[in-house]
This record gives sequence, C-alpha cells and structure tokens, in this order.
Amino acid sequence: MSQSIVPLVEMRNISKHFGGLQALTNASLNLFPGEVVGVLGHNGAGKSTLMKILAGAEVPSSGEILVNGDLADIRDPNDARAYGIETIYQELALCGNLDAPSNLFMGRELHTWGFLRKADMRREAAEALSKLNIRIKSLDSDVEMMSGGQRQSISISRAVHFDAKIIIMDEPTAALGMEESKKVVDLIQDLKSHGIGILWISHDIHDVYNFTDRIAIFHGGKNVVTAATKDYTQDEIVSMIISGRPVSKEASA
Amino acid sequence: MSTFEKIRSYPLTWIVAVAAIMATILSFASPYFLTSGNINNLLKQVSIVAILAAGQGIVIIMGGIDLSVASVLALSAVTIGWLIQAGVDPVIATFCGLGVGTLCGFINGLIITRGRIAPFIVTLGMLGIARGMALVITEGVSYQILEPFFLTIGNSKFLGLPIPIYFVITTFLVVHIVMHYRVFGRHIYAIGGSERVARLQGIKVDREKVKVYALSGFLAALAAVVMVGRLAATPPSVAQGIELQAIAAVIIGGIAFTGGRGMVLTALVGAFIMAMITNGLNILGISSFWQQVLIGIVIIAAVWIDNLKQAALK
Repeated sequence: MSQSIVPLVEMRNISKHFGGLQALTNASLNLFPGEVVGVLGHNGAGKSTLMKILAGAEVPSSGEILVNGDLADIRDPNDARAYGIETIYQELALCGNLDAPSNLFMGRELHTWGFLRKADMRREAAEALSKLNIRIKSLDSDVEMMSGGQRQSISISRAVHFDAKIIIMDEPTAALGMEESKKVVDLIQDLKSHGIGILWISHDIHDVYNFTDRIAIFHGGKNVVTAATKDYTQDEIVSMIISGRPVSKEASA
Repeated sequence: MSTFEKIRSYPLTWIVAVAAIMATILSFASPYFLTSGNINNLLKQVSIVAILAAGQGIVIIMGGIDLSVASVLALSAVTIGWLIQAGVDPVIATFCGLGVGTLCGFINGLIITRGRIAPFIVTLGMLGIARGMALVITEGVSYQILEPFFLTIGNSKFLGLPIPIYFVITTFLVVHIVMHYRVFGRHIYAIGGSERVARLQGIKVDREKVKVYALSGFLAALAAVVMVGRLAATPPSVAQGIELQAIAAVIIGGIAFTGGRGMVLTALVGAFIMAMITNGLNILGISSFWQQVLIGIVIIAAVWIDNLKQAALK
C-alpha cells in the first residue's frame, strides 16, 4: 500500500476512559481506499470502543480523527454517516418490530414535509437488497421473523445503500452459515474494488488472515502492532493477541 | 401475504370483532342498549378516557408510561376555571389550559431524558405535583363554568352526535396519521422496538421522547376541555384514577406493554369495550361492584389471549 495516498481515515492518539476505567490509551489506526484492515484483540482490548468512537456511538476523551486528511468532528452516529462512515454491528442493530425498508432507512427516512415516502423507500429497499442478491420472503414482514443471514443482509445493504466510503464490520460472519459467510466475503471483495475501506473486527483468525490486507492488534487499550497481514503467520498473530507483545522480526521492516 | 391473512393479522380486526360481539349481545339482553339516549350516553362516557388513551397509546408504543395524565387533566381544567373566574376570555383561558397540560408533559419528558429516571417514577411524581398544584390554585374549591363555549361542548350535538365525540374522532385521526404516515411516528415505533438501535441509527431519541410526553400532556389538557364542558365546573379532584382506565383501554386494545407493537386506534376500541361493560351492566341492573371485577378480568384475559396469538404466529 503506497503511503503517499491520503488515508480515508486516520485515528490519532485516541484515549477513552469510562469513569476510572481506561478503555483506550493513545490508540491509532488508519485505513486506505480499497483496503481491508482486520482489527484484532481480546474482548476488552479496546477494539470495539475504538470502532464505536469512529461510528459516533462514543465520544473520545482525547485524540483526533481525520477523514480524507481533514479533521473530522464526530459526536453522534449522524456525524459519522455524514462522513460516509457506516457500521454493521455484531448484534446487527435492527428493530425486530419493523420491516426491512423501515430498518434500512431508519434515522434517515425519505419524506416530504415529514410525511413518509413509503412507496419510494420500499422500492429503493427492494433494489438495494436485490443488488446484493438477497432474497427475503416479504418486504412487509417484521425483521424478527427473518433468519440471521437475512438480517445480516439487511444490515449490510443498509451500509452499502447510503454510499459508504468506510464500513466498519463487527464480526460480519459470526452469526452466519457457510454459504451466507461466503456471500459476505464476496461482497467485501466487491466493495474493495470500488475503493471502499473496510475495518473488519473478527475473532476468526482464519478469515482475517485470508481476507485482510493489514492487521491492527490491540491489547489493554493500546496498539500492539499494525502491519501487513502476510508479514506474520497465523500463529504469530494469535500469540500477539494473547500476549499483547509484538513478535520480534529481524527480516521484516 | 394473502388478503385474508392481511385482514387476519391487522391489529384492529380482532378487537373490533370482540366489541361488535359485545354490542350484539348487549342489544339482545336489553332493548334499552341501542336507544339513541343510551348510545349518546355511552359516547359521552367514553370520550374522556378515549382521548387520554390516545396519548397513553403513543407513550406505551414508545416503551414508556404516563401516570400523570389524570392529574394533568385536573390542573388544566382548574387553570381554565381559575382564568375564566378572573374574567379572562374563555377561548384564551382554554389555550392557557392546553398550554399548561403541554408544559407538564414537556417537563415529564425533560426529566425522563435529562435525569435518566424511569418514566414510571417521573410521571408518578408529576401525578402528585399536578394534582397538588390544582388544589393549591383553587384552595380545594370548584369553580362553576357557565360560559356558552363550554356548555356547547358539554351539551350540544352536531349531526346527531354529542360534541365530545368529535374531539375523540379528530384526536384519533391525527394520532393515526402521525403514527403511521409521519417520520415522527416511525421513530416512535423504532424507539419502542429498541431504544439502543434507534440511537445507533441516528434517531434523536431524547428529543422524540420529550415530544411524545408533551403530546400526552396536551391530550390530557384536551380531555380537560371536554371535562369542563360536561361538568360545567372545575373541581380540582376531578378524574382521579382515570389514568388507570386509559392504560387499561390501551392494553385491552392489544398494544404491547413492552413497546414497539400495536396501533393506537385499538385503544379507542378498548375504551369502548370498557365503557360497554360499565354501561351494559348498569342497564342490566347488575351491581357496579361487579363492573370492576369484570374489567379486571378483561384486562388480564386480553393480554393472555394476545400472548397466545403471538405464540401461534411464530
């Protein structure tokens, strides 16, 4: 990856404490166009907090975020979305009591003078879902009646539909069967080719190793190592996640 | 989804069927039930609870509760009475009453969102505060209101129906449009479904909550206007305990107490079912003590049946 390109996102020296608990200490991360970065670490390593800060769900105690080289002020999810940052949460963040179009457009409903443009939303939702080759029984049924894969698809199409430049995926394949996982992985390749940057949080080292360009490992709220994925073996990555210390490499720069 | 299935799963279908069956049984049981005098009586009886139930329905769909509506109603009524007695134009007094009710709801919403206090507690507090303020303002005295404006609301008819019922129709029409055709209503359902998700998806949850409680306060004040017309007076102890009837109407209608589910129109039918129980037992000469027992049973049965229905769908 050529370092002369301006990164899509640069998070610099982000710290976050919840009361007395220090969740992040000077954590940094960057992401370039068309790149998939695996964000790794234990539970409680701070990776989820870092992603929530980028998504606008948490506000950092200190540090700065740059989007396309400019300082970004992200205080809530709407700010993040305005910068083209979309998040696919592990728990999918869908309202089970609403149908697919309502979930897809939640928080940014199409409307005229406050009146919902239901037909337009329904049509656009159908298009967005079919673009990802997703079949769901009915656009009118509540999301809670759907399978994990279908719900995941709705989450993903929500992110893609609104011209995301940066997509945060929290365990995108965790709830899915093999076939559905493969679909997600194909989709990620497709998004990459369109210059979209993806931050992939996962515990599945195998997936991470195969589908990411770089990895960023966190431990105790601090960066352990950020490097090209293939600089290390899977075993070395696992060992760094557990120990929180970088594996010494004489050969690699 | 087939048309039959759509009708079957539509929230209004079942509850309207239950109400229709009740009305049929009552009309066979007593020839008096379907007389226009009794129907008018029923419509007048239902109007106050129905208007409160509309507000309560919205609040409960959003996952909240508003226990303060009856007290807010009283405070609004007393405000109107006090101003009229002081020589203020009745229309201006009415607007002030509506303003006071809306303000009470707004304060509820503000404390719930800013103080992060459960709606049950905040509105329980407001229940005491508003009722107490009503007593403080009047020193416990009821003002007589003989203004033609209010006497018209309370005693006149339009196209053969008592005026209060037009307040009810307008209220439910507007609320239905808000809940199902406006962005605000969609957000209310989203918050009721999952507040956390709504927040993550960028809905301004706190702002929407304040709006909903203010709306509930406004509707309580609107019910107060009808109440003042019917009583031609503003006793500060008016409508005591009626908030529970409004909640009962919502629940009988089939709106889920956990939020996110149901349709406000069903609360109107729920209010009618309760009024029919009271009215029916009265005209059948059954003791009013039994009415409370029966309404209690109906509330529990309504939720039980709804649970069974939900389980059958899955």
